[in-house]
Amino acid sequence: MSQFRIPGKGRVDHAKTVRFAFDNREYTGLRGDTVASALLAHGVHLMGRSFKYHRPRGPVTADSAEPNALIGTSRGPGRFEPNTRATVQELREGLICESQNRLGALSFDFGAVNDALYPLFPAGFYYKTFMWPRSFWDKLYEPVIRRAAGLGRAPSEVDPDTYASRYLHADLLVVGAGPSGLMAALEAARAGVRVTLVDENAEMGGALLSDPGVEIDGRPAWDWLDATLAELASLGVRLMTRTTAIGYYHQNMIGLCQKLTDHLDEIADNAPRERMWRVRATRVVLAQGALEKPLVFHGNDRPGVMLAGAAQTYLHRYGVKVGTRAVIVTSHDSAYHAAFDLAAAGTRIVAIVETRAAPPETLRAEARVRGIELLAGHTVTGTRGRLRVASVTVNPVQGGRVGEPRMIHCDCLLMSGGWTPSLHLFSHTKGSLQWDAESNTFLPGRMTENCHIAGAGRGLWGFEAALTDGAKAGADAARALGNEAKAAPLSVAHDRPGTGESHRELPTDRRSSRVRAFIDFQNDVTAKDIRLAVREGMRSIEHVKRYTTNGMATDQGKMSNINGLMIAADAVGKAPPEVGLTTFRPPYTPTTFGAFAGYHRGATFEVTRRTPIDPWAEANGAVFEPVSLWRRAWYFPKGGEDMEAAVARECRATRASVGIFDASTLGKIEVAGPDAVEFMNRMYTNPWTKLAPGRCRYGVLLGEDGYIRDDGVIGRLSDELFHVTTTTGGAPRVLNMMEDYLQTEWPDLDVWLTSTTEQWATVALNGPNARKVLEGLVEGVDLSAEAMPHMSVAECRVAGFPARLFRLSFTGELGFEINVPARHGLALWEALMEAGRPHDITPYGTETMHVLRAEKGFIIVGQDTDGTVAPEDAGLGWAIGKKKPDFVGKRSLARPDLVAPGRKQLVGLLTEDGGVKLEEGAQIVLDPDQPLPMKMVGHVTSSYHSATLGRSIAMALIEGGHDMEGRDVYLPMPDGTHRARITSTAFYDPDGSRLKL
Amino acid sequence: MLLIHCPYCDETLPELEFAYAGEAHIARPEDPSTMSDEEWRDFLFIRSNPKGPHFERWRHVHGCARFFNAVRDTVSDRFLLTYKAGEPRPDLASLEAAQ
Ligand SMILES: [Zn+2]
Repeated sequence: MSQFRIPGKGRVDHAKTVRFAFDNREYTGLRGDTVASALLAHGVHLMGRSFKYHRPRGPVTADSAEPNALIGTSRGPGRFEPNTRATVQELREGLICESQNRLGALSFDFGAVNDALYPLFPAGFYYKTFMWPRSFWDKLYEPVIRRAAGLGRAPSEVDPDTYASRYLHADLLVVGAGPSGLMAALEAARAGVRVTLVDENAEMGGALLSDPGVEIDGRPAWDWLDATLAELASLGVRLMTRTTAIGYYHQNMIGLCQKLTDHLDEIADNAPRERMWRVRATRVVLAQGALEKPLVFHGNDRPGVMLAGAAQTYLHRYGVKVGTRAVIVTSHDSAYHAAFDLAAAGTRIVAIVETRAAPPETLRAEARVRGIELLAGHTVTGTRGRLRVASVTVNPVQGGRVGEPRMIHCDCLLMSGGWTPSLHLFSHTKGSLQWDAESNTFLPGRMTENCHIAGAGRGLWGFEAALTDGAKAGADAARALGNEAKAAPLSVAHDRPGTGESHRELPTDRRSSRVRAFIDFQNDVTAKDIRLAVREGMRSIEHVKRYTTNGMATDQGKMSNINGLMIAADAVGKAPPEVGLTTFRPPYTPTTFGAFAGYHRGATFEVTRRTPIDPWAEANGAVFEPVSLWRRAWYFPKGGEDMEAAVARECRATRASVGIFDASTLGKIEVAGPDAVEFMNRMYTNPWTKLAPGRCRYGVLLGEDGYIRDDGVIGRLSDELFHVTTTTGGAPRVLNMMEDYLQTEWPDLDVWLTSTTEQWATVALNGPNARKVLEGLVEGVDLSAEAMPHMSVAECRVAGFPARLFRLSFTGELGFEINVPARHGLALWEALMEAGRPHDITPYGTETMHVLRAEKGFIIVGQDTDGTVAPEDAGLGWAIGKKKPDFVGKRSLARPDLVAPGRKQLVGLLTEDGGVKLEEGAQIVLDPDQPLPMKMVGHVTSSYHSATLGRSIAMALIEGGHDMEGRDVYLPMPDGTHRARITSTAFYDPDGSRLKL
Repeated sequence: MLLIHCPYCDETLPELEFAYAGEAHIARPEDPSTMSDEEWRDFLFIRSNPKGPHFERWRHVHGCARFFNAVRDTVSDRFLLTYKAGEPRPDLASLEAAQ
C-alpha cells in the first residue's frame, strides 16, 4: 500500500485490487477507483501533455470537467478510445491506457520545444498563420507544428461494439443525483410522480460522496444516502448511473448517453457498450450542481496544482491523499474544508493563502486550532518544479501593491476560485442568464421549457440549502403535474455553507510578458491571450472565443468560461453581463459517434429496397448498384467478364434479338377520379384530354419555376384512370408535389392519388424479337403492330397473371413493359426467360439500360438535367401543350431568364478519337489556348462506350448548344485536351424505324 | 425534436412524422398568364423570412398525409397554433395575447 492511500478510507473496495497499465507500466488500484485516483494513489500526477505547448499536466479535477488528464484506453482490437478523461474512466481488470500528445516519453517530450517557442503562438495564431507566406504553411506548419499539436490519435480499426437506442417517456426527469436532485426525485416520487433520476457518475450522491461528515436528519451523510436510494427504488423511481444528459432539446426532450460496459472487466457477447436515450419528460428538474473555478496565476497548470474540491473528493471517495505537503490558495470558504479534511487525514497543510483580506472569523479560528498558517490578503505569483509542483511563491497584497515574495515548498497546491453554476443544459434551452454581481456569476433566468432548477445549479451553497431547494423543486414539479405535494422539512448538522470572491488574474509582481497564467488548460489559452485578442480588435465575446480558442476544447469551457469572461470584460472595459457568455452547445461531455449512430450502421445503416426479381438477379451473378434506396442489378457478368465486356454483350444482344430488364423500381402513381384528366392537364406539360384510353404518352413535369422535375410514360387506362410512371428516385417527390397541388390549390378537383410503386413488378422486354417472346404468354390482347401500336397500354393476362401491358421503348427497339402484381414478379420473369430461350434472351442491368437510352438521346432527369434545365434546353419543347391555358411551370417558361439567349442546352458530343470516353462532369471550353482561367461553356452529362456504334458517345449541356451543331469544342483534362464535335443527341436510328416493327 | 399538433388527426406527435413545406398563405394565382414578370417573380421566390411568428405549411407525411398551416415563432422555435389548410390566416395579436 502506497503512502498516498489511506487504509479503509473512501468508497473503494480495499479488499479487491485491480491491475492496469499506464504507458506500459503495471499498476494496481482498487475496485471503485478511476484511473486518476489509482495513479494518484501511487503518487503519479503527471498524466499528459498539453495541446499546444506540450506542457506537463496532471488532473485538475476529479470529474467530467477534466481538461488535462486525457488518456487513450484500450481493451483489444477495435476497442481503442482516445481523449478519455482519466478522472471519469473507472478502473477495470487489465485496462490498458496511455498518455497522449507526447513525442517521446511523457517525462521527456520533444514536443515541449513548442513551449520554449511560445511567443510564436499568440492568440489568433491559427488565423495569422493563413497570412504568412505559403512556404511557412508547407515547410513548418503542416509537417511540424500541426503534428506536435492536438489530442489523442484517432482509432483506425472498425469498432466491434454495438450501441443501443431507446425512447423513454417520463413525468419527471431529474438530472443530477446530488443532494438537490435526490430530494427533488424523492419528494416527487412520494407524491406519486413517475420519476427518472440520472447521474453521470458511477454512483449517486454527488457532493455528499465527498463530504461524509455532514449529518442529515440525524444520520451521517452516507447512511442517509443509502436510505434515500433505497426509498427511491422502492417508490419505483428509475435510477440511472453512468448516464449523462448530453443535450436539452425542444419541448423537454433530453438526450441521455448511458455507459454500459466500459467499467466491466469482461463484456458479455452482444452487450451494447452505450445506450442513447431520447427522453420526453413532462417536467424536468436540473440539479447539476456547480463547477469549481481555478485561480489564474503564473504556473497554475503544473502537475500537483489541482482544485481544492477535487482533492477533497480524492480523499473521501477514493481514500487517496493527493500529496503530503499541501498549500491552499483560495478566494472561497469551501477550500478551508478541504484543507481541514486533508489535515485530519495526515497531509501537512503548510499554508492557506487567502486572497481576501478578511476571511470569516470562524474559519480563521479553525485554521488556528489546527496550527495551519493563514496568509490572508495574499497572492500566488508563481510555482516551480519540472514535472510536479515543488514550491509556490506567495506575496502579500496591500492597496493593490504586491509585496515581497516568499517561497513555500509543497508537493501539491490546491486552489479554489469559487464556484460557477453548471448552466450548460439550461443554456441549450435558450433560457436567459442573469448576472449576479454579488457572486460574480451568471444564474439561470427566464425559463423556456417546463423546467425547474435547484441547488448549487442556481447559485445556492451548503447542504441544507441544496437539500431544501431540491425538495421544493420536486414538490413544485409534482404539483405542476397535478399531484398534491408538500416538501417535508429537513435538519442538517455539520453543514458547510460558504461564500467567496471572484478574481481575474491574481495580482503579480512579474513582468506581464513573463506571466503564463492558464485559463483554458485544454486549449492552452492564457490570460494574456485574452487581453491580446481584445487589443487586436476583438470586442464580442464570441470573437474572443474563436480568436483565442478559449472554451472551444472538448470540455466546452466548463472551467474556463467565467474566468475568460471576467478578463475579457476587464480588457474591453465593460461589465461582464454587457460582454455576455458564449453559447454552450450539446453534447455536455464528449459523446461517441457510436452512441449517436445507434443501430444505424453497416447493413442497418439504411433501408435497402429490393424488387421481387432481386433474388433471381443475385442467384445469377448480378453486380448491384444503389439507386436511391433501391439496390438494382447493374450488369450480369458471364465467365469472368468485366463491366465493359458484359455491358457491350448485353447491348448487342438486345439490339440483335431481345433483352430483359427489371424495371420494377420505376415510381408508379395512380391518378383516378372524374377530374383525373383535368388534374393531369394542370400538372404535366403535355395535353391529356385527347389521349384515348389504351394509349400512353411521355409526360414532363416541371416545377413552378419552369425547370424539369421529373418525367415518365403515362398510360390512360380509362376516362378516369391514369397509370403514371416516375423516375426511380423521384416517386416520393412527385407524389408529394401532386398531393400539395391537389390538397391546397385545387381541393375542388375530384381526384385520388395512390402510390403503387411497390404493388407492381415491372419487366421490360426490348429488341426485335420482343413480340415473339411475349406472344405465347399473353391472353386477352392482340399484340400485332396494328392492334397495339407503339405507345399503347392494355389490361390483359401475361403468363397467367393479371397485367398492365405497355408497348413503349426506352431503347429505341420494339419494347414492352409488363406490370404484374408484385407477388407474381419473379414468376413472370422466369416465364419470360423460359419463353425467350429460343431467342437467346439476355438479362441486362442498369448500365446497359443507360447506354441504350443514350444511343437514342433519351435523357435521364437528374443526370442530363440538374434543376436548372427547362424543357426547351433539353430538346423537349415538343412535349409542351402550348394551347393549354395553364399548367405547373407554364408561366415561368416566359420568364426573362428562360427566354434569354445563351442558355445551356443539351447536345450530343462525339470525340475526335472514338476510343476516348469523356468523363461525366468534364468542363467544356471553346478555345483551348485561351489564358487561365478559361471560360467554361458547359459540361458533359452522360458518356458511354457504345458497342452498337463502335465508338464513344456523350451528351453535354453547352451554352447556346442547339445552334452549334457541327462545331468543335475542347475538354482540357489532366492527360491532355480532347476535341469533340457537337452533334444531335440521336446517335442511333434517328428516324425511329426500329420502333415500327 | 419538436412536437407538432396535426389539426386533422387532432394528435400531438413527434416532428419525425412531419415535413416542412414552406411559407403559408401564398396562393397560386388564378391566371398566371396575366401576371407581370415582377409579380410572378415575387410569387415564386420572395418570402417574408420574419424573426418571430411565421405562417408556414407542414405536411403530416408519415401520418394522415395532409398539408396544414402553422404559426411558429422562428426565435423560440415554438408553435403558436396549427390549423387546417383553407382556414383563414389567424390574427397574430390575439394569438400572442393568448400565449
Ligand atoms: Zn395527421
